[in-house]
Parts: sequence; structure tokens; C-alpha cells
Amino acid sequence: MSIQLTDIVKRFKKDLVLDGVSLDIPTGETLVLFGPSGAGKTVLLRLIAGVIDPEEGSIALRGQDMAGVEPEDRGIGMAFQNFALFPHMDAHENIASPLTARQVPDATLKERVFEVAHLLKIDHVLGHKPKELSNGQKQRTALARALAAQPSILLLDDPLRNVDAKLRFEMRLELPRLLREQNATVIYVTQDYKEAMALGDRIAVMSDRGIAQVGTPEEIYLSPANTQIARLFGDPAINLLDVTVQAGPKIALSGAEVVLDAAHTGAVGQDCILGIRPEAIKFVPADAPGAFPVEIEAETPLNEKTVTLAATQAQREILISRPAGTPGPVSGTAHIAMDASGALLFDRASGALLPMAGKAIEGEVA
Amino acid sequence: MDTQSTLEKVLRGIAITAVILFFMFPIFWIFLMSFQTNETILRVPPSIVFEPTLTNYKALITGRLESTAGALEIEFMSNLFNSAYLSTMAVIVGLILGVPAAYAFGRLKFRGSEDIAFTLLSFRFAPPLLVLLPLTIYFQQIGLANTYFGLIWVYQLIVLPLILWIVRGYFEDIPADIEYAYRIAGHGFWATFRKIALPLAMPGIAAAGLLAFIFAWNNFIFALVLASADKQPVTVGALAFVTASGIQYGQIAAGIVLSILPTLALALYAQRYLVEGLSLGAVKG
Repeated sequence: MSIQLTDIVKRFKKDLVLDGVSLDIPTGETLVLFGPSGAGKTVLLRLIAGVIDPEEGSIALRGQDMAGVEPEDRGIGMAFQNFALFPHMDAHENIASPLTARQVPDATLKERVFEVAHLLKIDHVLGHKPKELSNGQKQRTALARALAAQPSILLLDDPLRNVDAKLRFEMRLELPRLLREQNATVIYVTQDYKEAMALGDRIAVMSDRGIAQVGTPEEIYLSPANTQIARLFGDPAINLLDVTVQAGPKIALSGAEVVLDAAHTGAVGQDCILGIRPEAIKFVPADAPGAFPVEIEAETPLNEKTVTLAATQAQREILISRPAGTPGPVSGTAHIAMDASGALLFDRASGALLPMAGKAIEGEVA
Repeated sequence: MDTQSTLEKVLRGIAITAVILFFMFPIFWIFLMSFQTNETILRVPPSIVFEPTLTNYKALITGRLESTAGALEIEFMSNLFNSAYLSTMAVIVGLILGVPAAYAFGRLKFRGSEDIAFTLLSFRFAPPLLVLLPLTIYFQQIGLANTYFGLIWVYQLIVLPLILWIVRGYFEDIPADIEYAYRIAGHGFWATFRKIALPLAMPGIAAAGLLAFIFAWNNFIFALVLASADKQPVTVGALAFVTASGIQYGQIAAGIVLSILPTLALALYAQRYLVEGLSLGAVKG
């Protein structure tokens, strides 16, 4: 284990920020910490970096307990969301700062700084002060500084948060390769589920002062531990409909019957929430099997897909997503059918994912 | 803005001129007075046409004033030296003690830090005389009265709270992440203080140092009570110009001009540190 957190509790004054967080990250893994703002992601990174200390619990890096170990002795590289460049030093000095601390000889230092800068395409602005750099260059300088000393543990706190959309897109493509080349154990914080899915070997979803679910991107997307996580992953967001499961197992929606996977038998008779991705719903002719009528309310064309908001007869809103360019109704009444094979059932009271017969809930549920 | 009308420009010019005249005229007049004899200064009506003379400056610098009433010994130059020495040392000691303390108050937030910082500020609440009377007695008993060391110590009452509170604000304004980043990069606490916190707070330290110097330089009451002739700064020494044979306006004016010069020079020098931005472009958001 490269990073091992055990029962971390952190309070700020009276506020409980983290409550019993445990996490094991094997060497070389890229773990994405995902969650809404205020969930404690940044606090967790700072605890690992050692700039703040936990009230309870232990942090071990590379098998060594870190209690009482100062941040400068933890051998970590970290990039901050706000870049935190040293304003009075030029980009070269900024990137070189982890190397000067390690007393790297001058020639090696220059070589290494240039190498990292070249990798991140900022070698032409090394002489500039932070205020002379563009946002993208600042972000790359901050990243280069984190990478410069080739740390075995890399903490990246939402490094793409403050850069424009184009750069974010480019970096999202570039980063996985870059991180793989580092051979480091990486914790990557983000609020963007696409970034999380693209970069993470595993994703840890944080909510309510703790970790709600840890799993591979597929596990989190296909079997989210609760409705909250289901809603966070996916754009447009998953449809969540209150249903009662009948024997079959099946559910009734606007007069039509939707037959569920046999594995949902255990949920028969229960009040549930049905989770169905907008991609699993299609516009069909009125006489198609399982078709039921909806009233079209609005259509939003996105780049690669078109999202339609429709209301069922019971006035429940449903999002339907189809690839851009395919024909679909724009207004009036239309009929839709659901592909229920990937549908999820959540307990209505707790929001937790209901177990399916023969299928364990994938990933660890914390 | 180019949309300003000519009238607006003219009015603005007049307003600025008026303000400058109001504040600069006394200094200008004193500057003129310093080149005049008592007779030309006191003539009615006053005029800015006169024959300039350097006798005032000569008298101050040589330490002897020859007048019709006879020769008068003036200690002005040693007073000037005392002022410079006392103020400089007070500010240096104040910075050495105050800057690390300001960092501790601003960053480390230890138990009771707010209370201690406030207590230090409260030194400025009491009228100086209230502090001075008991202090004089103590100083006489322990042999600190009329010593540079004792005066510099007492000057800390003026200098230290000022430096502490100004510099503390600047330390607090440095985003903590910048310091964290330097620590995580592998540098220790002290290296971070020297290489990150100090340079970034430099405009504040310069401002506080300059203000503290001016306050120390202009101090009158501490030196009046605690120092005798050979340790007196110019503020107290200027009393000597009020002589039995009349008030030496020309010398007072020349003395003022000479004693403004060091603070003016320092202010001009420190200006470039004062205008430097704090952490422009370092942190987003």
C-alpha cells in the first residue's frame, strides 16, 4: 500500500469535516477523489500532505506512519487548485523549488526543470514571473512543480478547475499519459465526473464527511451505491422515478408495463426508486411493445447528443438522450420505451441501491 | 477617460493645485525662512523677495551662532545624530522583534495569540506621560535613564505595536497555500519564512518600518523626560532656539529643513517597496 488512511477524523473548531475516513491506495494507482464542494476532498489531501493534522486516525505513506512527520519530509508532489505559485520567483525557480530542497546539483536541476517544462510545453516561458503567465501556463507550471522531483506520491487538487474549457479538454486527454509516465501513486481531486471517469483507475466518491463508495469508473457508473451518487455521474443526470415493484418483476408506468431484470425479484412489493439512464430510453412508435405516451416539454441539443425533457401522464419529468442528428419529436405527444436491462432500483427511504439476486454490488460500499 | 471636457480638466487642475498649496505652503515658507535672518523674517508685510543667506545653516553646522548679543553654542548636529541613531536603532530592534512576532500572530494562531496582540496594541492607548512617570523612576534605579539603550527600549512602545499590527495583516494576506506549496516542495519552516513569507510581506514591512521611523523621529515626550542634553534628539533640541535674547526663527526653520531631509530621503527610497504589489497573479480566485 502506498497510501493508507485509517479512521481519519478532522474537525475545524466544532465542525466535523471528516468522520472516520479509511482508504487504501496501492502503489501506482490513480485514485480520483470525487464529490461536491465542501465534501472534504481538499481537506483529505492536506492531511496526507501534512499541512494539517487529523484529530484522530492515522496516515501511512509507503508503509510508514506519518504522525509528527513534517510536510517537507513526506516526499510528496502536490498541485493546488489555485496554483499557489510563488509570485516573486519566475517559472523556472517555481518548478525548481522541490529540487533545490533536495540539493540537486545545478546542472542536473536545470536539465530536469527543462525536461518537465518541455513535457508540459512551457519551456518557452521559464523566465516569466507568474503574473506574466496565462492561466493555462500557470496551471502547467504548478503541475510541473509537482512533478519536478519525481515524487512517488502525487496529490492533484482539481488542477483543471480554474482553466478554460479548451485547455481542460486538452489536459484531460494529456494527463492520463502524463500520470502513467510518472509511475507515481496519484490522488486526483475533481468535481467533474467526466474527468473522474477518464483519469481514475478507481474513484472514491465523497459525501457527508466520508467516503460513500469506492470502485472502478464502470462500477460507480453502473451500480452507484445510492441515488445521490447515481445523480452525480452522468450528463444528463439519471432519471429517478418513484415506483412500486410488482411481481414479475415489473413496474407500471403510465399504463405501460416495464419488465425488469429477473435479478430484481427481491424487490417485489417494495417502494423503490427506479434509476434509468436517459440513454436507455428511446422514442418509439405508439404500437411498439412497452411504449407509453409522454408530453414533450423541451429539447436541448448538445454537441454529441440531443436531450429531451418530457412529462409522463402522471406529470413526472423524464430526460431522454439520443445521439445528435437522429430524428426525434420536438413537441406534442410522443411515445417512449425503456430498455430496463440496466435499470437500477434504490430503496425509497434510504436511497441505497437494492441488492440484485446473483449480483453482488460491485465495488466497496463504505 | 478621454471624454473629459476641458472645463473639467481645468477645474480638476485648480482643485489639485489648491490642495497642494494648502499642504505644501508651510513647508515652502519654512524653506524660504531658513535662508533669511530674523529681521527679514519678522518684517511687515512679509515678502518672498529677500537676500538669501546661509548663516542659519552655517550656525547649525558649526555649532556656533554669532549674533549681536554674543556667541551661542548650539548642539544641533549632535541632536540630529541622536535622532538618526535612536530612530534607526529603534526601528531595527522593532523589526527584529516585531516581524517574527507578527508572523506568529498572523499565521500560527496559538492559544491566547489574539489577547497578547491586543495587549501590545493597548500600549498605545495610555497617554505616554502615564507610562513615563513610573518608568523614569525605574530607569533611574536600574541605571537606564539617559542611555541610548534605555531610550531605544522605551521607543519600542511606539514602534513595536505599529510594526506588529501592520506586518501581521500582510502576513495574513499571503495565501496559506503558497507557503504550504513551499513546505511540500521540501523546504523547512524557517526556509519557508525566509524565502516566501518575508519577501511577500516586504511591502508591508517597508511601510511599517517607514511609519515606525517617522513616529520615532517625531517623538518628543519620551526623549524630553528620559534624556539629558547629550542624548537629546532634534525634537527636544529645538527648544534651545528659544533663547533669552529672542526666538531664532531662521535657525528653527533651517533646523526643520535639515531634520525633514532624512525622513524624506527614507520615504523616497522605501517608495518602490511600498508600491510593489503583494502577490499579483500568484493565486487564482
